[in-house]
Amino acid sequence: MEAFTQAVSILDATLRLATPLILAALAGLFAERSGVVDIGLEGKMLAAAFAAATTAAVTGSPWIGLGAGIIVSVLLALLHGFACITHRGDHVVSGVAINTVVAGLAPTLGNAWFRQGGQTPTLEAEARFTGIDLPFAEALADVPVLGPIYSDLISGHNILVYVAIAAVPLVAFVLYRTRFGLRMRAVGENPAAVDTAGISVTWLRYRALIVGGALCGIAGAYLSTAHNASFVRDMTAGKGYLALAALIFAKWRPVPVLLTCLLFGFLDATEARLRGVELPLIGAIPGEFIQALPYILTVVLLAGFVGRAIPPRAIGTPYVKER
Amino acid sequence: MVVAAADGGERAPAVELIGIDKRFGAVHANRNVNLRAEVGSIHGIVGENGAGKSTLMSILYGFYQADRGEVRVRGQRVRVTSPREAIDAGIGMVHQHFMLVDPFTVLENVMLGAEGGPLLARGREEAARALEALEREYALDVPLDGVVGELPVGIQQRVEILKALYRGADTLILDEPTGVLTPQEAEHLFRILGALRDQGKTVLLITHKLKEIMAVTDRVAVMRRGEMVADRETAATTREEIAELMVGRKVLLRVDKTPAKPDRPLLAVEDLRVVDRRGVERLKSVSFQVRAGEILGIAGVAGNGQSELLAALAGIAAPASGRILIDGQPVPAGTDPHAMRRLGMAHVPEDRLRDGLVPPFEARENIILGYHDDPRYNTGPLFDRANIRQSCLQEMQAYDVRPSDPELPAANFSGGNQQKLVVAREVERDPVVLLVGQPTRGVDIGAIEFIHRRLVALRDSGKAIVLVSVELDEIMSLADRILVMFDGRIAGEMGQEAADERVIGCMMAGVGPEEMAPEPHHVGAE
Repeated sequence: MEAFTQAVSILDATLRLATPLILAALAGLFAERSGVVDIGLEGKMLAAAFAAATTAAVTGSPWIGLGAGIIVSVLLALLHGFACITHRGDHVVSGVAINTVVAGLAPTLGNAWFRQGGQTPTLEAEARFTGIDLPFAEALADVPVLGPIYSDLISGHNILVYVAIAAVPLVAFVLYRTRFGLRMRAVGENPAAVDTAGISVTWLRYRALIVGGALCGIAGAYLSTAHNASFVRDMTAGKGYLALAALIFAKWRPVPVLLTCLLFGFLDATEARLRGVELPLIGAIPGEFIQALPYILTVVLLAGFVGRAIPPRAIGTPYVKER
Repeated sequence: MVVAAADGGERAPAVELIGIDKRFGAVHANRNVNLRAEVGSIHGIVGENGAGKSTLMSILYGFYQADRGEVRVRGQRVRVTSPREAIDAGIGMVHQHFMLVDPFTVLENVMLGAEGGPLLARGREEAARALEALEREYALDVPLDGVVGELPVGIQQRVEILKALYRGADTLILDEPTGVLTPQEAEHLFRILGALRDQGKTVLLITHKLKEIMAVTDRVAVMRRGEMVADRETAATTREEIAELMVGRKVLLRVDKTPAKPDRPLLAVEDLRVVDRRGVERLKSVSFQVRAGEILGIAGVAGNGQSELLAALAGIAAPASGRILIDGQPVPAGTDPHAMRRLGMAHVPEDRLRDGLVPPFEARENIILGYHDDPRYNTGPLFDRANIRQSCLQEMQAYDVRPSDPELPAANFSGGNQQKLVVAREVERDPVVLLVGQPTRGVDIGAIEFIHRRLVALRDSGKAIVLVSVELDEIMSLADRILVMFDGRIAGEMGQEAADERVIGCMMAGVGPEEMAPEPHHVGAE
C-alpha cells in the first residue's frame, strides 16, 4: 500500500511538472510545423510568467494575469515573425535574442517595480490558479485503488493542467482535420507549393506563430500563477529547451508530444525522490544524471538510434520566390 | 497575323499576351512579347535556356508582374498579380520543379488551396469523387491515397496536372515537362495532352526539345533572347527551320588562325556514359579523341548532354561507365576535379559565377582557386601572399583585365573581365587539355575576340582544347573539327572546311543529313 501511495504521488507530480512542457511543446509544434524554428520558447514562457505574475499581483485576478501572459507571449512571437518571416532573418539568432532579452529584462523590471530582488510579490490564493475538486472526489476517496487514483491523481489539479491535457486532442484535430492545419503542414514542407496554390506563405506562418505564442503564454502563466505563487528570476530553468527537445523526440506530432512530456515530467518527479537513494549494483544515482536524461535521450534520437526524427523540410529557411 | 482557329475562327483566343516586357535588373528577360493561343490547341513555346520562356509563363501565372503589356483570357483583359488570380482566371501551371508536398497524399496535395471549407472531412469526399471522374476522363491513373514523395516522377507530374484540372483550369502551362521523364512516361504525358486538347482545353508547352514540338503541338512560337521571333503552324514548318530560329544567325566573327597541325591524341574518350540522379541517361556512350594542336568544337542545342560531358571530363560528375585517357594514360575511376587538374585537365566552366569563381572573393584569391596548393603560392604551411598578388597582377595585365586590381572582389568585375580572369587562371597553368564551356556567354565583343585569340594561341602551342558552345558561330569560326551532340549522343562530325550551318542545324535538331525533308506530324517514338 505504501508503494501504491508513493506511485500515485509520483504520477501526480508528473502531471504537474509535465503541464508547462506540454503547452510549450505544442506551441513549438505550431511554429515549427509552419517552418519557423522556435528556440525562443524559453524566453516567451519566461516573459509570460513575469507578465502573468505581475498582473495577477496588481489586479488580484489570475485570469487577467493569464491574459497578460498570453498577450506578451504573442507579441514576442510576432517580433520573432517580423524578424524571420518578413525580414528573412536567421530563426535561431532571433529566438536566442528573445531568450536573452527576456532573461535580463524581466528581473530588471521586477526589481524596479517591486523591490524584491527581481521577484514579484507572493500571490494570495485568490490571485492564483488553485486546485479544483472534480465531482465526487470527496465521496470516492475511500474506494480502494480507484479512489486514490481518481481523487488524488485525476482530481485536484488547477484548471491549466486540464487545459494542457485537453489541448492535445484539440491540436491534433486542428493539425489533421482542418484547412488551416493542412496548409500549415504544407508550408513547413514546401512553401512554394503553398504559394503557387494561391495562398499567402507569410500570413499563414504569422498565424501559426500567433497560435503558438498563445499556448506558450499559458505555459508561462502556469509557472508563476499556478505551479508557483510568484515570478522568480530564471524560473523557466530550461523548460523551453526541454519542450523543444520533447517536440523533436515526438517527431512534431501532438500525441507523441503528450507522451514525451509525461516521460520528461516523470523523470523530473522521480529525480527528487531518487536523489541519494542507493540502488543495488548501481549505487547512488546523481540527480544531475536524471535531470540530463531528457537531453541525452533527444541526442540519442537525433543521432538516429531510435528511428529518425525528420523535421519539416522547409524549417529555418526563409521563403524567397526563385527566379 | 491572322490565325484561323481549328473550327470556325470566331472564338476569342484562350490566352493572349500583348506587348509583355519584363526586366530583372540588367537582364531584359522579355521584350515586347506577343502570343495568342487558340482554344482547344497545343501551343509550343521553344527557345534556348535563358530565352525568356519561363519568365513569360511565370508572368501569365501571376508569379511575376510584367513591367508593361497586358494579358487577355478569352478576350477579357485580366490583371494577374498572384497565382490565386491566375487560378481564378482558369490558368493552371505545371512547374519544371514540381510544387508538391512530399509527405502528403495525392488527395491532400490536390486539395491544398481548394479545400472546400474550414474542415477537411466534407471537402475530402467531394474532391475524391471529382478526381476519380477527372482521372477516368483523361486516363491519368494516379493513386489518390499514395504518398506523393514515394511516387515515380511521371506520376508526380500527373498529380500536378490533376491539381490544375481540379481547380478548373482551361489553360494548362507545362514548363519543360519531359526533362525528368523516361521516354515511356513522356509518351503517356503526350497522350494526356492530346486528350486535354480534345476536351477543349488549351495547352502551352514550354520546351527546348524540337522532337516533342513537332510531335504534339498545333502551333509553335520561338523565343530568342527575350524576343518572340516566330509563331508558325507546326505542320507548315520544319525542325531545322525552328532550330535555326532558336539559335539565330549572328554576325560571323572571324578568327585569324592558321590551319591546325594535329599531332598525337592528348585526350581520348571511350564509351563514356553519364546517368543523372534521377536515373536518366544524359550521356549515351560517347567516344572521341582530341589531338595536340587542335580545337574540337561541340555544338548542339543546350541540354543535349554537353554539360554532362564537360562535368564528366572535369571530374565533377562520375561517369557510369567508359574511359578517359589523358595523353595515353587512363584516368582512374573516382578522380576528383582537383586530381583531374593535376593530371593536366584545366576547365573553364560553363557558368562562371556558379562554378568558376567565388564572387565575393578578391581577384587574387580567385586566380589561385583549384591551384592553391601549387608550391609557388606557398611558403611552408602559409600562402606566399606577395607572390600571389604579384602573379595575379601579371596575369591581369597579360589578359587585359580591367581594372587590374587584385584586391577587387570578383563580383565587381564586368562579365567579360570575370571570364578573362577564369581563362587566365586555367590557361596560365599550362594544361595538357583545356575544357572550355560557353567561353563568351554574356561577354562583350572585345573580350570575345581576346578570349578567342588566347584559345588559338594555346592550340598553337600544342595543347588540346574541347570547346562546348551553344553559339554555332563561335564553334564554326574557332573549332578545327566539330562534333554535334543530340540527345546525349554524337549526332555527327565534320572538319571545319566541310562545316555547313544548315547541315549542323539539322544534326542539332536530331535530323540525319539523309532525311532532311520535314517529318510527318505524329507522336513519334525514338
